[in-house]
Amino acid sequence: MSRQEVLVDADWVAEHGADENVVLVEVDEDTTAYDGGHIAGAVKLDWKTDLQDPVRRDFVNRQQFEALLSERGISNDDTVVLYGGNNNWFAAYAYWYFKLYGHQKALLLDGGRKKWELDARELSTETVTRPATSYVASDPDLSIRAFRDEVIGAIGTDSLVDVRSPDEYAGRLLAPAHLPQEQAQRGGHIPTAISVPWSKAANDDGTFKSDQELKDLYGAAGLDWDRDIIAYCRIGERSAHTWFVLHEILEQDNVKNYDGSWTEYGSLVGVPVAVGDEPGEA
Amino acid sequence: MCGATQGGVSVAGLDLSKEAIIQGRVLRNGVPVGNAYVRLLDGSGEFTAELPTSATGHFRFFAGDGSWTLRSMAPGAKADRSVTAARGTVVEVDVEL
Repeated sequence: MSRQEVLVDADWVAEHGADENVVLVEVDEDTTAYDGGHIAGAVKLDWKTDLQDPVRRDFVNRQQFEALLSERGISNDDTVVLYGGNNNWFAAYAYWYFKLYGHQKALLLDGGRKKWELDARELSTETVTRPATSYVASDPDLSIRAFRDEVIGAIGTDSLVDVRSPDEYAGRLLAPAHLPQEQAQRGGHIPTAISVPWSKAANDDGTFKSDQELKDLYGAAGLDWDRDIIAYCRIGERSAHTWFVLHEILEQDNVKNYDGSWTEYGSLVGVPVAVGDEPGEA
Repeated sequence: MCGATQGGVSVAGLDLSKEAIIQGRVLRNGVPVGNAYVRLLDGSGEFTAELPTSATGHFRFFAGDGSWTLRSMAPGAKADRSVTAARGTVVEVDVEL
């Protein structure tokens, strides 16, 4: 993958959004945004009700994913263009998911919903329905998903990248500042993890920075490209954004997203935690 | 300007002792702007959070003690405002684009 194969801009969507075999998908944490107006023809995915298991803490399994996409009218051969609010956090998360379940042609709209709105482009409130399909997903590709034991084993061995804000990394905040400060039992970060906030990879309008700027960013932060890389945040959506940067734009194939992230790690009994602005010792 | 909470979003149901709340409205010529983007930058200028304003132009952040910058964006406009927050208090800010 490279930037041209994984990103499209708003002009491309305006031109090709209605093409046969192109499906626009808005992914939000708060789907009232979609209901208030979306890009014409886009279907919606609700990060919580559609993509998370309703009972256990996990995301939907293969069968649930197949049922979801079939119901939304998405086919295996479709080119899926994902976009959303929060600077594409949840769209990147959904993209990671589409890749995990083997979807071939997935793209992100660079800048997501925000750039579309800041450019004063048109939004539609028309109800979108697509005929149901019979979507077939692959077994999950666990080469891009990390679990907690692997993360604990990675301390001092692999490259851990904490993509939350500096105050969350240091333990001064427990959640992004647009949310009440609760969730994990402890504040701080996984020892040895370097801090590269996801936002450093994006411009103010939500678009991704250039390949060279991105390489310089992680290089300057001391990321060791030769080791396996695990990105994490609080619940795995901001780190999906960074996974997208490292794995899809910069074409590093040894990158995983730890979606359990700090809400899991920061509540585990007995694991090491570092507080403050330094990575800390293994 | 920073001031009393009169007219602000209700803080009922929040545990104010734990939160350092920064909230207010984005305005253009005194008129609330819905769906503007407000981002909260920390003391070093780093992004901390961002949200779109409500239909009535309101936003709310749960920050921490310290100095912050509110960067508001709407089509064709951008404005920065400095704010100081402290746990146990609610700071009300109207940002004029």
